[in-house]
Amino acid sequence: MEELKYTAANYKSDQSVRWCPGCGDHAILNSLHKAMATMGIAPHKTAVISGIGCSSRLPYYMNTYGFHTIHGRAAAIATGFKVANPEMTVWQISGDGDGLAIGGNHFIHAVRRNIDLNMLLLNNKIYGLTKGQYSPTSDRGFVSKSSPYGTTEDPFIPAELVFGARGNFFARSIDVELATTQEVLVAAAQHKGASVVEILQNCVIFNNGIHNYITDKEFRAERTIHLRHGEKMIFGKDGNMGLVQDGFLLKAVEIGKDGYTMDDVLVHDAHCKSNFLHQQLAMMDGHELPLAVGVIRDVEGLTYDEEIEKQVAEVKAKKNFSSLRDMILAGETWEVK
Amino acid sequence: MLEKTNVKVLDKVVVRFSGDSGDGMQLAGNIFTNVSAGVGNQVSTFPDYPAEIRAPQGSLSGVSGFQVSVGTGVYTPGDQADVLIAMNPAALKQNVKFLKPGGVIIVDIDSFKESDLKKALFETDQPFKELGITAQVVEVPVTSMTKAALAESGLDNKSVLKCRNIFALGLVCWLFDRPLESALQHLKNKFAKKPAIFEANAKVIQAGFDYGHNIHASVSTYRVETETARPGKYTDINGNTATAWGLIMASEKAGRPLFLGSYPITPATDILHELAKRKDLGVKACQMEDEIAGVCSAIGASFAGNLAVTSTSGPGLALKSEGIGLAVMAELPLVIIDVQRGGPSTGLPTKTEQTDLFQALYGRNGESPLAVVAPASPTDCFDMAFEACRIAVEHMTPVILLTDAFIGNGSSAWRIPEADEYPEIKPNYVPEELKATWRPYMRDEDTKVRYWAIPGTEGCAHRLGGLEKDYNTGAISTDPVNHEKMVYTRKEKIDRIAKDIPALEVLCDAEADTLIVGWGGTFGHLYTAAEEMNKAGKNVAFAHFRYINPLPANTAEVFAKYKRVIVAELNTGQFADYLQAKFPETKISRINKVQGQPFLVKEIIDGVTKIMEEK
Repeated sequence: MEELKYTAANYKSDQSVRWCPGCGDHAILNSLHKAMATMGIAPHKTAVISGIGCSSRLPYYMNTYGFHTIHGRAAAIATGFKVANPEMTVWQISGDGDGLAIGGNHFIHAVRRNIDLNMLLLNNKIYGLTKGQYSPTSDRGFVSKSSPYGTTEDPFIPAELVFGARGNFFARSIDVELATTQEVLVAAAQHKGASVVEILQNCVIFNNGIHNYITDKEFRAERTIHLRHGEKMIFGKDGNMGLVQDGFLLKAVEIGKDGYTMDDVLVHDAHCKSNFLHQQLAMMDGHELPLAVGVIRDVEGLTYDEEIEKQVAEVKAKKNFSSLRDMILAGETWEVK
Repeated sequence: MLEKTNVKVLDKVVVRFSGDSGDGMQLAGNIFTNVSAGVGNQVSTFPDYPAEIRAPQGSLSGVSGFQVSVGTGVYTPGDQADVLIAMNPAALKQNVKFLKPGGVIIVDIDSFKESDLKKALFETDQPFKELGITAQVVEVPVTSMTKAALAESGLDNKSVLKCRNIFALGLVCWLFDRPLESALQHLKNKFAKKPAIFEANAKVIQAGFDYGHNIHASVSTYRVETETARPGKYTDINGNTATAWGLIMASEKAGRPLFLGSYPITPATDILHELAKRKDLGVKACQMEDEIAGVCSAIGASFAGNLAVTSTSGPGLALKSEGIGLAVMAELPLVIIDVQRGGPSTGLPTKTEQTDLFQALYGRNGESPLAVVAPASPTDCFDMAFEACRIAVEHMTPVILLTDAFIGNGSSAWRIPEADEYPEIKPNYVPEELKATWRPYMRDEDTKVRYWAIPGTEGCAHRLGGLEKDYNTGAISTDPVNHEKMVYTRKEKIDRIAKDIPALEVLCDAEADTLIVGWGGTFGHLYTAAEEMNKAGKNVAFAHFRYINPLPANTAEVFAKYKRVIVAELNTGQFADYLQAKFPETKISRINKVQGQPFLVKEIIDGVTKIMEEK
C-alpha cells in the first residue's frame, strides 16, 4: 500500500481563524494540525465534530470533513457518525460548558460505550462565547457575571467523570505546551475507543490566567509532572522530585532526601486495567501534588462501533437473507392465487 | 357442521376480546386475526391496552382489549362488536359499551364469583342486570373447562390458567368457522421454544372448539364473506412493523445503509425493536441515552452518508426540536417518526391522537420548514415510510412521518411487494463534473436541493454547521440580505417538493357538493363513513391527505369544486386551521374528537349530516 505523507498545512482550511489574539485555542489548533500530519490519516478520511462555544469553531479551520453542530450534542452526533461510517477517524471538540454542562449526559455515555472517538475537552473554566459566566469546572466561590458573589457549588473534575464512566483513555495537556499536546493527541488517535484529552486552555478575555498557578513558567516544572508509560514518575526543574506510594496515597518526595531513592519512585503504567492509581494521578491538582500531563490511562477494550460491525456480520452470515422481501417471506405468510 | 346450526352470513364481523392485562387477550386476538387473514378476509385490528403493565388483577384499570374486524370492505376495526368476549366482570363492565345491539356476549362464568364482582366494583351479585344488559349472554365455564382439559398435563396451576385465553380463542374459532390447523400453526410458532406449553394450548384450543360445537343449539354462528384479494404472498402486519420495513425498502432502493438512533417511548418502541432485529439486513439501530441523542446520532449518521432515522412519540419530538433545526440548516436527509399519542406532556401514552401536527409543522426556532407526511393505515405506513425516505434523500431535508398509536399498533393483511414495485431513490450526489468547483451549499437550480458529498470521498471535504451560510460559498455569513435569501431558499426547496408528490385524489361521490377531508390514520373510519352515507343516499365526496407539507399541488383546485369542506380529525382542529390559512376562500367546517380513541364511523356520519343540514 502506498503510504501518503501529509504536512500540517494539508489539514488547514482556507478560513481565517477568528479566535481572540492570545487565545489558547490557537496553539491547540496548531498542535492538532501537527498531530494529524504525524498520524498521516488523509484529510478526507478525517472528521471533526464540535458543539457550540469558542472552541467549537475549530472544524471551520480544518481541511477535513467537519460539522459545527449544536450546544452539547457533539458527542451524540459524533457517535452516530462513527457508527455509520466506521472507516473515518473522528475527532470531537468541546469546551467545558459544551461537554460537561449541557452535553454532560452525552459525554459520559460516549465514554461508557467506548466508541472510537478522540474527544478533546478544552477546559478554560468559563463560558467565553456568552461573555463570562462560570462553568461546571469553575472552582467553588468563583466570581463571574452569573456568580457575582461567588459560586456556591463544587466543580466537576473532568478526569473523575471519565473514570466514573469507566473510561479507558484519559490524557491531559496545557495549551502552551505544544509538544505535549501533540504527543497526547497522537496517543488519543492511536487508542481504539473513547479517548478523552483534557487541555487546560487560557481565555485571555474572560478568565485570563486561570491556569497560571500551573502554567507559570517559574513554577511549571514543580507543579506539573509529565507521565510517560514505563518511565519513572519524576518532576521538578532538576528532575529530582518523584512520586512514591505512601500507604493508600501518593506522595511527592525529593530523591535522595529522607531516605527516598530512585528505586522508591513509581513507574507509570498507563495500560494497567485497574484505574485505581490512574485516578489518584489524574486528581493531583498542582498544590500538594503536581498536576499530571501526558497519557494517564490507555487501556484496550471492546469498542462500540467495532462490536456493532461484528454483530451485523455475524447475524447476516447466520440468516443469509438477500433482501427485505427474502426476510419477510421467511416469516409467516399465506398465498392468494 | 355449520349446516346444522343457525348461520348468519355477514360481509364483516367485529370481535372484541377483553380480559385482565395478564390474560393474553392480545395474543388470542392476534391469532384470530391471522387465521382470518389466512382464509382471505380483510382484517383491521385495534389493541386497546392500559398504560399500567400489570394493574391489580381483576380491577377496572387493568382491563386490556383487542378488537378486530374481519370480512370484506374492512377499513376499520369497527365501531361496535358483534361478539364480546369478557374474561372477568371488570372486562365486561369496561367493554359492554362497545357491543352492537343484537350482539352476543361470551363470559367466563367461573370468574364471576362474589370476590371477582367486588374487584370490579359491582354493587350487587347480578352483574348483567346491574349493567342493564339485554343482549344474549353465553355463560361458559372457561376456567374449569381449561383445568379439566389439562388435568393430566402435569402443568402447575398458574400455567394452566394462562391457557384460558386459548380456550376462548377455540370457541371463537368455532363460532366463525375458522380452521384450527391454522391457529395451531400460529401457536406452534409462538411457543416454539416451549413445547409443553404448545401441547397444552393445542389441547385447550380443541376443547374450546368442541365446547362451541356442543352448545351450537344456543348460539348463532357466522359465515364471513371473503375478499378476492390481489394474487400474491401476504402477511399480517401492524403499522409500526410496516414503518420499519418501509425504511429498509428505502435503504435498499437508495443504496445507503440504514441507521436508527432512538430511545424507548410508547407507542413507538416497536419500531426500535423491529430495526434492532434487522441486523440480519445490515441495519444499525442504536438505543441512545436520551431522545436528543437519538436524533443527534441520526444527524451524525446522515452527515456520514447513511439513510438516517429517529423514531419517537410526541414528548420525544419536543426534545428533538433543536436537533431537527440543525438538520434543516445543514440540509441533511433525516426521517423523524412520531407515533402520535394523547398529550400534552405525558398525557395518554397508550392512546391515539392527531395532536402533534402543529408541533411537526412549526415546533422549531427560526424559519425552519420541513416536509411532513402521514400514512393512512397500518399497511400504508410501509409506503409512507418509504416516501419519507425518498423525499428526505432526494430533497436533502428532514421529513417528519406522523403516524399514531391506532395505526401503529393496529394491523391488516398486507401483500408483500415484489422488489421492483418501488422506485429507485436517487441521492443528489455531487456530480463528477462539479467536483472541482463544488461548494457545500451549491444547489440544483430546479429543485433548490444542495448536493450530498459522502465523507470519505476525496476532494469533497467540507464543513457544515448550524450557523447561517453564504448562498454561494457556504462559508459562515451574517450578511442580512444573504440570510433572507437563504431563508426563502430553504422554504422554496420544501415548496417545490409539491412537484414530486402525487395529486390529491377524490374518492366516493366526487360530484357531491360536500367534501369530507381527513389526514393520516383516520382514513379507514372516514372512508367507511363516506361510503355508508353514499349508500344511504346522502352523497359526499372524500379526500384524504397523506402529504401534509407541502400539500398536493391540486389541493386548491379540488377544494374549489365543493360547497362545503368538512375536516375531521382527532384534535381540536389543527389541520383545519392549517388549510384555512392556506385557502381562505374555502369555507371549512370541522369535526373533532380528542378522547384518545379513534373515531367511530357513526360519529362521523352524525357530524357530517348535522353540518349538511345547517346549509
